[in-house]
Amino acid sequence: MRLTDDERRMRDGEQGEAVQAAMDLLIRYGEVLGAERLVETDNVCGANIFGPRQMQLCGHAGPDAVFSEFSLDSPKPVEITPMRAQSYQLIGPMDTQHWQVQGLSQEAHDAIEESESYSARHGIHLMNTCTPYQVGNVPVKGEHCAWMESSAVVYVNSVLGARTNVEGRESAAAAMLTGRIPYWGYHLAENRFGSHLVEVAEPVRSSLDWGLLGYYVGELVQEGVPVLDGITEVPNLVKLKHFGAAAASSGGVEMYHIPGTTVEARSVEEAFGPRRPVQTLRYGERERRQTYEQLNHTARDTDVDLVMIGCPHATLSQIRDVCRLVQGRKVHADSALWVFTPRAIRQVAEQNGYAQILRDAGALLMSDTCPAIGQFLPKGTRVIATDSAKQVHYLPAIMKVQGWFGSTTECVESALTGRWQGELR
Amino acid sequence: MTATGSTITLHGRGLVGGVAEGEALVTRDSISGWGGIEPTGGRIIESRHELAGQSFRDRILVFPGAKGSSGWSGMFHMSRLAGSAPKAMIFNYMNTKIALGVVVTRVPAVTDLDQDPLDVIETGDWVCVDADNGLVVVTRGGRPQTGAVPRQRLDGGKP
Repeated sequence: MRLTDDERRMRDGEQGEAVQAAMDLLIRYGEVLGAERLVETDNVCGANIFGPRQMQLCGHAGPDAVFSEFSLDSPKPVEITPMRAQSYQLIGPMDTQHWQVQGLSQEAHDAIEESESYSARHGIHLMNTCTPYQVGNVPVKGEHCAWMESSAVVYVNSVLGARTNVEGRESAAAAMLTGRIPYWGYHLAENRFGSHLVEVAEPVRSSLDWGLLGYYVGELVQEGVPVLDGITEVPNLVKLKHFGAAAASSGGVEMYHIPGTTVEARSVEEAFGPRRPVQTLRYGERERRQTYEQLNHTARDTDVDLVMIGCPHATLSQIRDVCRLVQGRKVHADSALWVFTPRAIRQVAEQNGYAQILRDAGALLMSDTCPAIGQFLPKGTRVIATDSAKQVHYLPAIMKVQGWFGSTTECVESALTGRWQGELR
Repeated sequence: MTATGSTITLHGRGLVGGVAEGEALVTRDSISGWGGIEPTGGRIIESRHELAGQSFRDRILVFPGAKGSSGWSGMFHMSRLAGSAPKAMIFNYMNTKIALGVVVTRVPAVTDLDQDPLDVIETGDWVCVDADNGLVVVTRGGRPQTGAVPRQRLDGGKP
């Protein structure tokens, strides 16, 4: 890989051992990819929070050693210097307010809290969300970024026209320290054109519709760049958040086009540019139903123990919608309703009285984490319900529970009645 | 299909150096890291995966590539530290998840092979991966009776 003089100096250790280890990792990674060079970035989203498990695997050698191993793949502990690029912490393992509900021990809480403060001291912004694009990190078209979190990557690439691949913990941390990332994949204009044409023959209106379409598309195009033709209603942030998260879970979609809506294509022709579709898919009533059944394939029992809303993290609009459904009612004694949102939005939800409405109904407004990332559920949970195709894809596998997928209304109703009564409408 | 004990050599691009041999675990399903594997036991946990419940620990993992969450590398990194990583990885489709994943798992890895490894290799075959030279030697039906595969097979017959 071709390095600039500045990058060679980083590699040779002139800016310290941490930057050297970071550059070493980027070079090894870039060469496996076949990248010709690195590109500068000043917008990095990563995940560096560690807990007792990582501490233990590093022999309790301290936070620099844990960061060296887990965030830089450096078995040799190096002293971590301040991050060079603007750096943001994504979703993490703990809600600092409701950590006891998560079942975390005092020891785990203290370790995670110390890790957060360590990150902050090194210049990492503690956004603690999978949706940085709704709380102040909104990249512009053409901006080279290095982001983890597949649902956020597909959103900023497609909807906003930012340029990033799906990075991992180690590459993102290396980008934070160096301000560099391999110039490969979606950083190059020629890789951003469409690969598959999806003829959407079924109306796609609700968030549930968008989740179903995303899950279907991801499964079939895998790593491709789908182009949706036939969308008749302009979606919004919530719907595209669900669509991208689903497509990045069933497959590996990192970029898509909705001509006329997303930023890089005004027409189907522009979406494909010089490419021709390798395949044309048709999404109709049958495909929609099959996808719904796939998403519900782990669920059998209709007694719902937990309803989870907010994957990816809920917007203020979603919180308001849940509030309208629960206002004046109570979550069933045998069920729980947890809503997840970024910390900053929880603050606004407090100001607006939404948080109080949820508390009055016996629901919980959580931030910074989610059941899949933090691996926690109410004690004895066997059945969950969620309006997120992504969460129902992952949570049954990770936590060995049954998972129902349905609309937000069906999910919230099931928390209020304790029974699942969803069906595809 | 070739007979038990016969060998086939594939040529490709070595990504992370080193030599390893072991029993193949083959899947035509892409693998999710975070939410798809349990790193302590090296087990596939994705509920609809054809290898659900099986462990890649100490085996040669042969698969199309990586999909899903950006936590891919982190989970395989963790499997290495827990002693549950695969012995080597052979795959077809390059992306950032698998690239970073093989770097941090620090096991021999090969891609861009001249025949599709998913067609050639079956679960239970004995596979030697020489990532320094981009070679994969497959012995049908399990570990050869007479010790390891002859050295010249691993370096492509060079003296």
